[in-house]
Amino acid sequence: MSTTGTTGTTARHTAYLLGLGDDALVYAQRLGEWLTRAPQIEEDMALGNIGLDLLGQARALLTRAGEVEGRGRDEDDLAYLRDERDFRNVHLVERPRGDFGQEMARLLWFSSYQHELYAGLLGSGDEVLAGVAGKAIKEVTYHRDHATQWVLRLGDGTEESHRRMQAGLEAVQPYVAELFDDDPVSVWAAETGLGVLPSTLREPATGYVHAVLEQATLTVPEEPRWRSRGGREGIHSEAMGYLLAEMQHLHRSHPGATW
Amino acid sequence: MTDATGTWPLWEVFVRAKRGLSHVHAGSLRAPDAQMALRNARDLYTRRQEGVSIWVVRSADITASSPDERDSFFDPAADKVYRHPTFYDVPEDVEYL
Repeated sequence: MSTTGTTGTTARHTAYLLGLGDDALVYAQRLGEWLTRAPQIEEDMALGNIGLDLLGQARALLTRAGEVEGRGRDEDDLAYLRDERDFRNVHLVERPRGDFGQEMARLLWFSSYQHELYAGLLGSGDEVLAGVAGKAIKEVTYHRDHATQWVLRLGDGTEESHRRMQAGLEAVQPYVAELFDDDPVSVWAAETGLGVLPSTLREPATGYVHAVLEQATLTVPEEPRWRSRGGREGIHSEAMGYLLAEMQHLHRSHPGATW
Repeated sequence: MTDATGTWPLWEVFVRAKRGLSHVHAGSLRAPDAQMALRNARDLYTRRQEGVSIWVVRSADITASSPDERDSFFDPAADKVYRHPTFYDVPEDVEYL
């Protein structure tokens, strides 16, 4: 198998790691927006902590991607100097921030997906990736619990909180299916024992989320007529450009700046 | 979920640093209920590995001594040195004290 080009082993291994790292990086950026905007300062801290956990995962995954790629790019090069089309995150994590209920719906889905993902990656043939998964799965278990606690309270709370939690679930639903799409790179990664096949995560992750919704007296949204696709191929939405501008402008304006 | 002022109730947080030590008051926070208070305490007071166990107690459930009662509560103990073991001379021939 060739080691260069878009279909080579190295390129696909790198692309797989970038997909995982970009999901974590972009969602960390979105969660960071909640600081000073959550319902209470305690929740600012909780969402900030979750965002920082994800940022830590992103750093490890992007660093590993740079090593595998072998072109001397480090985590900062990959986070700050790639353009939108080179980001491989799913649409769910780049969606603009909604209300708190919508954020808890997104966090519940994303952490449930990540929980199954990292459980599968514990046995990855990439030992660094298996190591990242071993550390991350504990973090993600907590993220999932945090979202669960809130979905239960908002869903089974007041009439208004129930209505807004349900609306949040509906808003997020079109972006859920993409988490479990088997893109070519993931299929290759699963076949070579480096990664896991996303479609195999659908049943356990969905089972968890639906059990929470039932307990929270919420309704599983109907399958939407439109659903997102293509994030793993670098096809993003308008929101992604603004997110990258905010995330990258400092590094691009002052390359190598530190504090 | 909220108290009369429309905000979440206040909770006192006690953290035990490691096995064998006691829980020590770490601070307070707001949370809608006990389970969320525990989770908020985890985020606020143990994010740098400060603890292995957390207790949370509704601040309203704590009965505290009043500063006005300080004299009657604590001063009488001041002149009772015989309540300290060091007040007593140990006879030399007592082996196992």
